[in-house]
Amino acid sequence: MSHGPAKGIGRWLFTTNHKDIGTLYLWFSFSMFFIGGFFALVIRAELFEPGLQIVEPEFFNQMTTLHGLIMVFGAVMPAFVGLANWMIPIMIGAPDMALPRMNNWSFWILPFAFAILLSTLFMEGGGPNFGWTFYAPLSTTYAPPSVTFFIFAIHIMGASSIMGAINIIATILNMRAPGMTLMKMPLFVWTWLITAYLLIAVMPVLAAVVTMMLMDIHFGTSFFDAAGGGDPVLFQHVFWFFGHPEVYIMILPAFGIISAIIPTFARKPLFGYASMVYATASIALLSFIVWAHHMFTVGIPLVGELFFMYATMLIAVPTGVKVFNWVTTMFRGSLTFETPMLFAVAFVILFTIGGFSGLMLAIAPADFQYHDTYFVVAHFHYVLVPGAIFSITAGVYYWLPKWTGHMYNELMGKTHFWLAFIGLNLTFFPMHFVGLAGMPRRIPDYALQFADFNMISSCGAFLFGAAQVVFLFNVVRTIFSKSKASAEVWEKPTGLEWQLPSPAPYHTFTKPPVIQ
Amino acid sequence: MLHIGPNNPAKAFHAFYLGIAVSTLCFTQNAFSSSLNMTEGVTSVSKEIYSLHMNIFWWCVAIGVVVFGVMFYTMIAHRKEHGAKASNFHESTFLEVLWTLIPFVILIAMAVPATSSLVKIYDTEEADIDILITGYQWKWKYEYLGEDLSFFSNLSTPNNEIYNRLEKNPNYLLEVDNPLVIPTGKKVRFLLTSNDVIHSWWIPDFAVKKDAIPGFINEAWTIVDAPGIFRGQCAELCGKNHGFMPIVVEVKPENEFNQWLSEQKAVAAKLEELNSTTFTFEDLVTRGEQVYLNNCAACHQANGKGVPGAFPSIAGSKIATGALSDHLNIVIFGSQKNPAMQAFGAQLSEADLAAVITYQRNAFGNNMGDSVQPKEILAFKQNNK
Amino acid sequence: MAVTSVNSPSDIYYVPEQSKLPIFASMGLASSVIGLALILNGHSAGTMVLMCGFTVFAFVLWCWFQAVITENLAGLNNDQLKSSYVWGMGWFIFSEVMFFAAFFGTLFYVRNFAVPWLAGDGTHDNFTNSILWPGFEHTWPLMQTPDSAVNGDAAAMQGPDQNMGLSSAGSIWGWLPFWNTVVLLTSSITVHMAHTALKFGHRKPFYLWLGATVVLGVVFLILQAEEYIEAYHHMGLTLSSGIYGATFFMLTGFHGAHVFLGTFMLLVMFLRATLKNHFDANNCFGFEAASWYWHFVDVVWLCLFIFVYVLA
Ligand code: HEA
Ligand code: HEA
Ligand code: HEC
Ligand code: CUA
Ligand SMILES: [Cu+2]
Repeated sequence: MSHGPAKGIGRWLFTTNHKDIGTLYLWFSFSMFFIGGFFALVIRAELFEPGLQIVEPEFFNQMTTLHGLIMVFGAVMPAFVGLANWMIPIMIGAPDMALPRMNNWSFWILPFAFAILLSTLFMEGGGPNFGWTFYAPLSTTYAPPSVTFFIFAIHIMGASSIMGAINIIATILNMRAPGMTLMKMPLFVWTWLITAYLLIAVMPVLAAVVTMMLMDIHFGTSFFDAAGGGDPVLFQHVFWFFGHPEVYIMILPAFGIISAIIPTFARKPLFGYASMVYATASIALLSFIVWAHHMFTVGIPLVGELFFMYATMLIAVPTGVKVFNWVTTMFRGSLTFETPMLFAVAFVILFTIGGFSGLMLAIAPADFQYHDTYFVVAHFHYVLVPGAIFSITAGVYYWLPKWTGHMYNELMGKTHFWLAFIGLNLTFFPMHFVGLAGMPRRIPDYALQFADFNMISSCGAFLFGAAQVVFLFNVVRTIFSKSKASAEVWEKPTGLEWQLPSPAPYHTFTKPPVIQ
Repeated sequence: MLHIGPNNPAKAFHAFYLGIAVSTLCFTQNAFSSSLNMTEGVTSVSKEIYSLHMNIFWWCVAIGVVVFGVMFYTMIAHRKEHGAKASNFHESTFLEVLWTLIPFVILIAMAVPATSSLVKIYDTEEADIDILITGYQWKWKYEYLGEDLSFFSNLSTPNNEIYNRLEKNPNYLLEVDNPLVIPTGKKVRFLLTSNDVIHSWWIPDFAVKKDAIPGFINEAWTIVDAPGIFRGQCAELCGKNHGFMPIVVEVKPENEFNQWLSEQKAVAAKLEELNSTTFTFEDLVTRGEQVYLNNCAACHQANGKGVPGAFPSIAGSKIATGALSDHLNIVIFGSQKNPAMQAFGAQLSEADLAAVITYQRNAFGNNMGDSVQPKEILAFKQNNK
Repeated sequence: MAVTSVNSPSDIYYVPEQSKLPIFASMGLASSVIGLALILNGHSAGTMVLMCGFTVFAFVLWCWFQAVITENLAGLNNDQLKSSYVWGMGWFIFSEVMFFAAFFGTLFYVRNFAVPWLAGDGTHDNFTNSILWPGFEHTWPLMQTPDSAVNGDAAAMQGPDQNMGLSSAGSIWGWLPFWNTVVLLTSSITVHMAHTALKFGHRKPFYLWLGATVVLGVVFLILQAEEYIEAYHHMGLTLSSGIYGATFFMLTGFHGAHVFLGTFMLLVMFLRATLKNHFDANNCFGFEAASWYWHFVDVVWLCLFIFVYVLA
């Protein structure tokens, strides 16, 4: 048991070690981020100025769709699972994940699923071109033949997520070291526990909705066809019942990471630990009853509209608690701004801005003007890019020394941060303006009055992309660097992970520690 | 004190947010210029929504100022390098209750006007005029219920502008051949549906945005007081040319509207006459080309080559160079296999159908040399339905 | 937090060595779905790919279960690991519950919203009905689709001639769903009896009750197949006969597939018990997992029976 990793490629293919699997997930996610980002750059290049220059509309739609799908399912979710794999067993003093072989299986499904998804681009009729929300009947009766492959790719991705979530729940509930009571768990563990519940609750619903699509396409059913008594809007209800919790799946673990980083660099305990836990749980619960805020314009009855508006607005309350707690944690601390902290601070500010625009979208009458414009695109990139992506980046910088045993280059880290920070605001801030001015989303070409801001956006996107190249370089350099990191890495951080040497040994806590 | 450089992010944050603050100011200064902010629009609903929007926006700004203010203060004042010592407080029930309650109250303040606007928007009763709007890939059909008038509205921006071969005109992508026309001061009810996929009919100046769902009818309404031309776009991804199905509404004083209505009916009657005319081959081909460009080129392309895998080529097509009846069948009744190929029999007049079919059989190197007349189309329709 | 080590080497959580199973399982799974997609899209290579993929997948799963059983028999699994399996199975079943919930939600939506709206008796003005589907009426089970209400015999979506309700069968004794309910409820009892017998160490009754459960599972599947044949050949009720057929076959079909899987699981447990003498009162997770699954399938059926058959 106490031996090190196997040699050669077999180590990675056949591993059951949570740290190896975590690493696999993280690299997979990183490469998907680059592919999805590359698609985004194609989009931005085409939108650099009005007119059709680089791609045809048909292909543009495929880019939009795959960009969304790959970023959501390929970049953000696997990155969080990778962090969970690496950190949760260590944080709770467990020897490994509860079900290590299944853990490896959850991972290895993903490369196949995404290979199938990406291969659709080369099929006759092209890849999925109906947006990442794949509304019927555009995605059923009117879809290219490759939709069948898309459906099955979603199925097996879902299977992977469900298995991953089950594993995380079993690990957290069953594998805590003696004395690690629930209310002593780090927030990252808490947020992931709740996220895992969201995952097993909604991934099967996604599987169900794509199954109904499959039946409509190939077996003559009429779930989404009024002629047979079905309803295209039914698709949206089922999709968003999955889809809205899904967006919180992409942010709750981020809250956990930020709640680990800010106390470390404020040198102060997290403010309001218990309320953080309750806020996370409330957000998760509320997320099940707000789905139709994506459907304000489909013509749901007035009472429904009002219900979903109020419920959605309520989410601002627990989320606000989190933001206030972070700020108060920083307050009267002893602050330093190493790279992880920079990303964390930017997270708090920019995520809040994204939350504000979310709240504006939640106001149903106003959403009649915002819906399906770039204002929505601005909203969700503010919560996803400086939200999910920044938290992941912050987490990577924060724990990288623990993983590799080497310190990353701080100057390069800060360069990465500033390029990314400026790049992303340049890219996504102007989208608020063009959105309000009336530019619809998912269009390859636009009217002249939107031209200037789109040009700025496109420049920003390339800058942001370049920043990620710095990131990649920094990570690779750290792995091969000679500078040793201490066990604690930072100044008196809390958490079991910092009591292990850096790099963390291949097997940790084979005998459970006792926590007093 | 503060010093500049990568070690001093708070300063840079500061500068950045000063920037944002300044642009926010500009933003509100320009609140009426529609290139930065939501349009105030021309209807009572749109104005209400605009003020709702500004109202929530300012609430958010205010909260942002407080939250970020505290944050920047602490980032500047409580830095380790300036000797700040960390205190250890980490709980305060009072604070936590406070910042649960305050946002809650603010939310109620937002919800009240929102609710009343929503109730107003949903009141589609007692309309003066009903217009049935049907979305098609990728055009709109307007039908004045009770008036026996209907027509299609297509993008009229030429391809040459889209492909940068001609300079773009100011209404680039926001212009159509036949705008919807409505009178001032009347409650117009829009009944929205779709023939194929979901579209969404949106005019920002009316603050009307409603999805057109195939098989269902959604309702929306507007009252516009002053004449004008208003432009919008389809707001739901509906396939390849989703970016190319604009909406233009012309609002006319009531008398002009009535005049327009009778003119349109006269034009429609003229077109009806054409259906019983016999055309020369050349006339059919010239007319057909126009019909083709307006209705078919979106998919089959102006050069007739189609889009491989998605839309078949007409050049050399088995159907367009095969039996005439098959050709008539697919164009008039649509394709059984792929619903993207719509039943144009219900969309085009017999004259136009005859023209476009003749054109397809004789263009793009198809050179069939045969032609079909409107009367034959009518006969085909009747015999096969 | 201070950390010390507890020294209890006898209680080590078993972390398996490297394993080739997962990656081959992924390959098998991926090839299976690629094969399936190829078949659906009309490619001749599909069948071959599916068969290969499925064979690999099934073989890997077989090896996998064998590995787990061997480890358990070798005493590698401590109580904590066993409870990981319990959590795992429990939440897996929960995910299945959500899968069915989506279909029940669909049924609920079409019955209470979509169909009434199409028929014009929602809260809206009835433009949907008067303009698009004149003549369409709200009934459930939906015997006439909107399409056929408008287009008559030319419609692509024709409603069924008969539905699955009690009224079509005439008497309750001739109503298959009723018998299916009896069969499944009984089987839930028998599997429980098997469990009790095992707990008391009564081997023979354990075999008998378990065997009986498997037989009941098979009987259910036969009855269900009978019902489908009836529906397709005599009642005009098919997947494409409108939303009633669609929801009916979707719900009962996925349930049937789960009964099949559950029966298979129980059969395996039966063979393990009788041939290999596996399971005793304290060491019977495999059997317990299968029996929980079976109870779950049973509960789903009860919901089906109520919402699909009785309240029709
Ligand atoms: C990480 C992902 C994420 C997160 C966290 C959120 C958070 C929120 N989102 Fe967002 N959203 C998306 C991802 C996300 N969203 C995506 C991807 C889409 C588009 C999908 C698509 O169509 O493709 C979308 C779309 C979307 C819509 C549909 C818009 C449309 O299509 O018309 C709406 C409408 O209500 C909405 C609302 C909200 C709200 C209210 C929150 C709230 O959770 C935000 C709460 C946070 C705050 C409010 C800030 C902090 C709070 C305070 C400082 C307290 C005090 C504040 C007040 C009282 C105002 N979102
Ligand atoms: C977590 C999710 C996530 C993330 C991280 C991103 C990241 C980005 N997104 Fe995202 N986006 C979505 C989720 C996400 N997006 C979703 C869900 C949609 C909706 C899809 C739909 O409508 O269906 C969407 C839609 C969307 C649109 C609207 C498309 C449309 O409506 O047609 C645009 C347009 O600008 C855009 C841009 C970008 C950009 C520029 C980034 C950048 O942050 C990306 C940066 C990354 C890179 C650039 C890659 C790294 C570097 C290289 C590849 C090396 C080469 C580069 C250089 C040297 C410069 N996205
Ligand atoms: C929205 C897209 C779209 C538009 C607009 C469209 N078509 Fe088509 N067309 C198709 C598709 C898709 C097919 C393939 C149908 C099939 O596979 O059965 C097709 C097939 C055809 C064919 C048969 C070609 C072949 O060899 O199979 C003809 C002829 C044709 N269309 C004529 C027309 C005419 C005439 C118009 C305009 C009045 C038109 N189409 C407009 C999508 C379109
Ligand atoms: Cu029609 Cu978009
Ligand atoms: Cu949402």
